[in-house]
Amino acid sequence: MDYGLLSSILHAILVASTPLVFAGLGALIQERSGVLNLGIEGLMIVGALAGFATALSGFPLLISVIAAALAGALLASIFALLVLRLYANPVATGLALTLFGLGLSALAGAQYVGQAAPQVEAWNIPILSHFPIVGHAFFSHDPLVYLSITLAILMWWFITKSRAGLILRAIGENHSAAHALGFSVIGIRFLAIITGGALAGIGGSYLTLVQTPLFVEGMTAGRGWIALALVVFASWRPLRVIVGAYLFGSVSIIQLHGQAVGISVASQWLSMLPYIVTIGVLVIIAGRGNISHKAPGSLGVTFKESK
Amino acid sequence: MKKSNLVIGLLVLVAVIAAVMSFEPSETKKRVAVSGKVKVGFVYVGPVADAGWTYEHDRGRLAVEAEYGDKVETVFIESVDEGPDAERVIAQMAQDGANAVFTTSFGYMNPTIKVAKQFPDVKFEHATGYKRADNVATYSSRFYEGRHVLGLVAGKMTKSNTIGYIASFPIPEVVRGINAAYLAAKSVNPDVKFKVIWVSTWFDPGKEADAAKALIDQGADILMQHTDSAAPMKIAEERGIYAFGQASDQAAYGPNAQLTAIIDDWAPYYVRRVDDLMNGSWSSTDTWGGFDTGMVALAPYGKAVPDDVKAIAEEARKAITEGRLHAFTGPVNKQDGSPWLKPGETADDGTLLGMNFYVEGIEGSLP
Repeated sequence: MDYGLLSSILHAILVASTPLVFAGLGALIQERSGVLNLGIEGLMIVGALAGFATALSGFPLLISVIAAALAGALLASIFALLVLRLYANPVATGLALTLFGLGLSALAGAQYVGQAAPQVEAWNIPILSHFPIVGHAFFSHDPLVYLSITLAILMWWFITKSRAGLILRAIGENHSAAHALGFSVIGIRFLAIITGGALAGIGGSYLTLVQTPLFVEGMTAGRGWIALALVVFASWRPLRVIVGAYLFGSVSIIQLHGQAVGISVASQWLSMLPYIVTIGVLVIIAGRGNISHKAPGSLGVTFKESK
Repeated sequence: MKKSNLVIGLLVLVAVIAAVMSFEPSETKKRVAVSGKVKVGFVYVGPVADAGWTYEHDRGRLAVEAEYGDKVETVFIESVDEGPDAERVIAQMAQDGANAVFTTSFGYMNPTIKVAKQFPDVKFEHATGYKRADNVATYSSRFYEGRHVLGLVAGKMTKSNTIGYIASFPIPEVVRGINAAYLAAKSVNPDVKFKVIWVSTWFDPGKEADAAKALIDQGADILMQHTDSAAPMKIAEERGIYAFGQASDQAAYGPNAQLTAIIDDWAPYYVRRVDDLMNGSWSSTDTWGGFDTGMVALAPYGKAVPDDVKAIAEEARKAITEGRLHAFTGPVNKQDGSPWLKPGETADDGTLLGMNFYVEGIEGSLP
C-alpha cells in the first residue's frame, strides 16, 4: 500500500464530508426543536453564493463564512415566519425554500460564473501535522474542517448537558407540554431555525470556498437532501452526524479511487446508498421501539398557541 | 384565523393578477412572429452560464441574431431536464410560433421526434442524436478530432505517463473521446496510461472536483474531462498540474493549467441552417462536422506547451482538417485483443456513432 496515497484519500474524505457535517448539524438542531425543514438544499446554495461572493470581494475566510451564515439565517427566517407565524405546512414550505434558494442563487450568481475564489490556506496543527500519514490526513486542513468537528461536539454538549438544550428537546418532544410549562415554543423554534439556516449556509460555503472553489448554479447537487437523510441515520444525535457524514464521504471518495485503479462499482448504487441506509435505520428504529432513537415527538407538527 | 385567511386571499389575488399580466406580452409576441419574422427556439440542458456546453450553444444563438438582425427572433429555455418535461417545453415553443427549434442535448431525442409529429410545419434540429424525420434534422460535431489533438499534447507533456480522464456516462460520444485521446497519446508516448473515472453526471462540480483530486493523488499529471463544469480545471490549477478545457475556453479557471481546450463552435452551423430556413431550402439532414466545418475548434495553447509539441498538434489539426488524417486509423484492436481496424483502414461513421468498446491498452471496463 502506498502510504502517501492513503493519506491523500483520508484527506479527501474529510474535505468531501465537511459540507455534510455542517448541513447535517443544521438540519438536526431544527429537528430536535420539532421543526422539519426540507429547505436545507436551498439554504446551502444561498450560503455557497454569499460566501463565494464575499471571498471574491477580497474579504478573509472568516468574513466570508460569516456572510454565508447570515445569508442562510436570513433565508431561514423567511421559513420560520411562514411556518411558525402563518402556520404554513412545513413540508410544502421547505420544498418551496429549496426551489427558491436554487433559483435565487442562480439569478444572483450568474455574474460570478467564470471567476475563481482565492485559495484557502491550510492550518497545519503544530507537531501533529508532521506525523507521517495522519499528519496530512487529519491535521493539515482548512480551519472549517476543525470548526465542523468542534461544532458537533458543542452541539452534543448543548443538547444533552445544558438546560437550554433540555428545553429545546422538550419542545421538540411535546410542544404542548412545553408550552404549558411556560416555555416560548415559537421563540425557541425560531432560534433553532436561524441557527440551522446559518449552519447550512456555512456548509454550502465550504463547497464554493474550499472543495470546489468556484460557483455555478445548482452546484450543491443534492447534498442538502443527503444531509436530511444523515440526521435520520444519526438518530438525531450530533456526534453520529459526523460518523454518518464521514461514512458517506468515504464511500464516495473510495469509489472514485477504486475506479482509477480499475475496480468499479456502479455509481448509481453509491448515489442510492445514503438513502438505503437511512431507510434501513428507520426500519431498525421502528422495530426496536427504543425511545432514545425515536424521532422528536412533535417533529413536523404545526404548533398553534391556544387562547 | 381571519387575518391569515385575508393574507392568503391577498396572495392568491396578487398571483392571479401577475399571471394574467404575464400572459399579455406573449400574445403580442406571437403576432409578431406570424407577421413574417423567422422565429427560432433553443432548448438548453444546462444554464447558459455553465461556462461550457450550453454556453457555447447560446453563443451560436447570439451569432444567428447578430447575422440576421431584425429578420429573426430567437428564444431559449435553459436548464430543461432530459425527461418528460422536455416534451412539454419543446411543444410549447412550437405552439408559440417558432419556425424552427434546436434541441441541444442527447436526451431530447425522443421528445423531439414526438413533438415533431404533432407540428409537421415546424422544423426541428436535434443535437448529437440519430433519429431523424422529414422535419427533424440532426447535427453533431466530431469532437473526437479535437480529442486526438489533445491526446497528442497530453502524451508528449506527461511526466508521470499517467493521464486522468473524468468521464460522464458510457455513451458512444464519451467512449469515442477516450479512445481517440488514448490512441493519439499512445502514438507519441508508448508508456502512457489512462486512468478513467466515471462520475455518472454531466454536472456536479463537487463530484468532478473529488474525481480530479483522486486522479491526481493516483499520479495523473494531466487531466482530461468529459463533464460540463470547470471544477477539474480549477483543481488542476490549484495542484499545479495541467488540464484541457471542455466545450469552452476555460483559461479563466486555469490560467497556468489549461494546455488548450476543445471549443464547440455551433455558430457556423446555426447561421447556415437559419439561412436555409429563411430561403426555403431547409431539409432534414444529418450533419457531423469537425475541424473542416469550423464546428470543432481549439483554444489558444497555454504557455506551458513547448513549441515542438505545438508544432505536432498543429500539424495533426491541419492534416485532419484537410482530410489526410483520421483519428481512428488501423491497426487498432479492441480492448479484448480482437482486431478492429486493419493497418491503414479508417473507422466508418456507423461504428464510431455506436462505439461501445474500449480500444486495446485502456485498463478497466466500461460501466
